[in-house]
Amino acid sequence: MSEGKMKTGDLLLSVRDLKVVYTSAGATVEAVNGVSLDIKRGESLGLVGETGAGKTTIAKAIIGVLPDPPAKILNGEIILQDSDLLKLPEKEMRKVRGKKISMIFQDPMTALNPLLTVGDQIAEVVSLHESVSKKEAMNKAMEMLEMVGIPADRYAEFPHQFSGGMKQRVVIAIALACNPELLLADEPTTALDVTIQAQVMEMISVLQKKLNTSMLLITHDLGVVAESCDNVAVIYAGEIVEYASKEDLFLDPAHPYTLGLFGSLPSLTGDVDRLTPIPGLPPDPENLPDGCSFHPRCRYAAEECKHGSVPFKEVSPDHFVHCHMCHCEKEV
Amino acid sequence: MNLQKETKAPGGQPAKRKSMNAMVLRRMKNNKMAMAGLFILTFIMLVAIFGPLIAPYSATKTDLLHTYSLPSLQHPFGTDELGRDIMSRLIIGSRASLAIGLISMAGASVIGIMLGSLCGYFGGKVDTVIMRFMDIFQALPPLILAIAICAALGPGLNNCILAITISNIPSFVRMTRASVLNIRRMEYLEAATAINCSTSRIIAKHILPNALSPLIVQLTMGVATAIISASAMSFIGLGVQPPNPEWGAMLSAGRGYIRNYPHMVTFSGTMIMITVLSLNMLGDGLRDALDPKLKD
Repeated sequence: MSEGKMKTGDLLLSVRDLKVVYTSAGATVEAVNGVSLDIKRGESLGLVGETGAGKTTIAKAIIGVLPDPPAKILNGEIILQDSDLLKLPEKEMRKVRGKKISMIFQDPMTALNPLLTVGDQIAEVVSLHESVSKKEAMNKAMEMLEMVGIPADRYAEFPHQFSGGMKQRVVIAIALACNPELLLADEPTTALDVTIQAQVMEMISVLQKKLNTSMLLITHDLGVVAESCDNVAVIYAGEIVEYASKEDLFLDPAHPYTLGLFGSLPSLTGDVDRLTPIPGLPPDPENLPDGCSFHPRCRYAAEECKHGSVPFKEVSPDHFVHCHMCHCEKEV
Repeated sequence: MNLQKETKAPGGQPAKRKSMNAMVLRRMKNNKMAMAGLFILTFIMLVAIFGPLIAPYSATKTDLLHTYSLPSLQHPFGTDELGRDIMSRLIIGSRASLAIGLISMAGASVIGIMLGSLCGYFGGKVDTVIMRFMDIFQALPPLILAIAICAALGPGLNNCILAITISNIPSFVRMTRASVLNIRRMEYLEAATAINCSTSRIIAKHILPNALSPLIVQLTMGVATAIISASAMSFIGLGVQPPNPEWGAMLSAGRGYIRNYPHMVTFSGTMIMITVLSLNMLGDGLRDALDPKLKD
């Protein structure tokens, strides 16, 4: 970070009105529809939503690895410290990717090259971004291994010699090796079992605080969000439906979809035989409903929800909801 | 796990750093079959290189008084229909045969792997164009294609090598493409893009090493086929020109006398078999050594 350390709280990344579609065989899948979000330095933002809601697509759009075709960014801005990543020439983008923004992938089993030693894979990202000798890159890689709790003398071992949780630590070490300013964690614990999940999440949080890295944490696990996020964006059918601080969201959820999500969570205290699921299925992204895309499943849906655009309301300070039916002081 | 623990600088001994190459070498050494293959192949190559020095007779000098002699002390492998010493012919002929087998396969694999990885990686138009060309090549049986090329360019060893190279490219392209397509879906490629590897680096460092095992087997088998194809070309007068010896040509020349004088085909056939076998053993061992998942 040559341009001097920015203070915690400064705006780091700002995504404005991002729209991404996938086209295949004539059909157009609207994966992301006008998403806007801000991440401050040191902040960790949780992105919560069902499978297929467009969470991963947002992350890939930010780091610029969406496969084109079939993906296409139709609209929007992704501003990282005053430069729009979508307009950046590939040459400049390469300085950002892996260095300023890095990504933790979902499945550690396939995110590592089986033919390279784990140390070499960490050293690779170091030597790609910093002008260091091979030896220095190696030392840095060992340091990173120690940092994620793997003894440095396992540098020369291959991915198959590690367990799932340790592989994910290696993936995290790769992501953090260049001190990125923004970490995109794409469901980092989905492929791991519960105890390892807790360890890995704790490690990510500790390292994130220690390095003062901002994080976009993609997950569908509200427990993980409660554990390690400052703010939360709930995403449904490629749109952010509710955006609030963690406390506001958990104590005072406003959007019917968020309410539905909490309703589907088992409670440790109550004795309920059946959970209350959200009725219906997520909409077909090739054919999103008119108006609010949640209205066919929403029990509060009214006539006005079925057509036209849905207002973005601020129900309390810094607590935004995308809904007609929520009562609030002012519209934004 | 203790995160608060200061990350100690791991200086001093840089772990037990076994590089991939060192590991492959060590594993090859432990693989007896592979070492045997390597040994035999080295021996055959040395014989080919120093052929003129060690051949007991001239490979082309005829001796019409001693035609069809069975193996004896004078002629360890016997003589052929013109009285030429078969052992000398095999020794000299190894040069042409090995050149055809090894050079044509090396050429075909390098070109084939390059085109195949382009197809598999980029897909789309690049893929379609290259693969349709390969379809055209593959519509003709490889031997017919080689004969056509040789006939167009004129007979001779070099053109024969070229013809066999070209006719073998499509199978390498196809095989590489299939392998690459498989690996293309892996998340570690996405991860490599996300840490900013260039396309060429991704192909060279992350894709090809993972796609190599089926290709190595194909390569070693291909050498055998190439030697046999070369014999067919020599047989119809498009390959190595008589009286120069070449294993395949000797095999097909001896074919007519197989009932009365089997030694004429036995020795040349055995040489081809030994060469191919040693290459296969070496290739198998190499493939195993290159896969870190297999235990030592």
